[in-house]
Amino acid sequence: MSDIDTRPGAILKNNLWTSNPIFMQVLGICSALAVTNLLTNTAIMAIGVTFVTGLSSLTVSLIKKWIPRKVRMIVQTLIIAFYVIIVDIALKAYLPEISRSLGPYVGLIITNCIIMGRAEAFAQSNDPLPSLWDGLTSGAGYMGVLMVIAVFRELLGFGTLFGYQILPANFVPWTIMVMPPSAFFLLGIVIWVGKSIMNREGAPA
Amino acid sequence: MTPVISPFALFFASIFTSNILLANFLGMCSFISISKDMKSSNGLGLAVTVVLTVTTAVNWGVLQLLEMLGLEYLRFIVFIIVIAAVVQMLEMIIDRVSQTLYMNLGIFLPLITVNCAVLGVSLFMEIRDYSFWQSVIFGFGSGLGWWLAIMLLSAIRQRVEKAPVPAGLKGAGITMITIGFMAMAFIGFSGMLSVQ
Repeated sequence: MSDIDTRPGAILKNNLWTSNPIFMQVLGICSALAVTNLLTNTAIMAIGVTFVTGLSSLTVSLIKKWIPRKVRMIVQTLIIAFYVIIVDIALKAYLPEISRSLGPYVGLIITNCIIMGRAEAFAQSNDPLPSLWDGLTSGAGYMGVLMVIAVFRELLGFGTLFGYQILPANFVPWTIMVMPPSAFFLLGIVIWVGKSIMNREGAPA
Repeated sequence: MTPVISPFALFFASIFTSNILLANFLGMCSFISISKDMKSSNGLGLAVTVVLTVTTAVNWGVLQLLEMLGLEYLRFIVFIIVIAAVVQMLEMIIDRVSQTLYMNLGIFLPLITVNCAVLGVSLFMEIRDYSFWQSVIFGFGSGLGWWLAIMLLSAIRQRVEKAPVPAGLKGAGITMITIGFMAMAFIGFSGMLSVQ
């Protein structure tokens, strides 16, 4: 893809909004949904994804000349797995509680399609620095949507934000919000709102 | 975390109450993109079931080996390599054995390597400390659960296609909400038995 605008500002706007990985491309939602019932977990998870996306894009871009086209998928997967292991070990060492509650979803960053998608669509054909930036901003776009969903789920499901009581004590928590279906509903609504605003702006959908 | 779960209960739990897709959100990417078409959904469902059963069994053995060597931290890399290798081998075997099956299944197999459900089941198996047979049953049941979910969704989507949906909600948006309703329906099963 040679028609990608590689100016930093354009990449930022593109990844945060016009082609946001979650609500425009519907990528990487596996993990997006599973961790969003608590804000803290969501933030940690999203930072992990951003870290992995940025650095694996950088690495793929740096060594792209030496990877034969045929095996590039497996090489990319290995690069991603390498960074995910770092994230996993770091979480276990510094934040064991969160590591436990995230469970298998840290490992599942490997199969998060956003990372592979960015490596394939951008890093493969661009210089290292723009690739790093592209990876980081994609991660940030992912983080933005996740945080929105998590705010609703934690606020309505537990009456708290980041573990602090926000709503009055007599608030009856909505049990549905901590259960899986609410994640699907909220993501559906976020996609709806996002796309509607975009349609109004007249941007190509 | 208890290893004393009857295989029967585990099997049904992995299909219904803790459906890999609707309760654990795994395998969403291909789920959303493939479920537009019922025939492909069926093919992919079958392929996922086969791959899940085989990879969970192989990964169980590999995990024992890694634990013996004290190299558990390498498990992500090793699991993903095992999955890629199994998928590749299945592709070759199916190619030899049955051409018609290969035609139907062939295009889906590469997709499965990056399907989070496959890696996810292996990771769940590790966290929950399943024995060999439990792992196989869990893998097989999860595959069937995934298959069931994608067939149901693609059937629903064919009807939704013709319904008047607000412009912004078309496509991914309405699909997510549909899945939400399906997940709610599946929660109804959770009173029957639960396996964690």
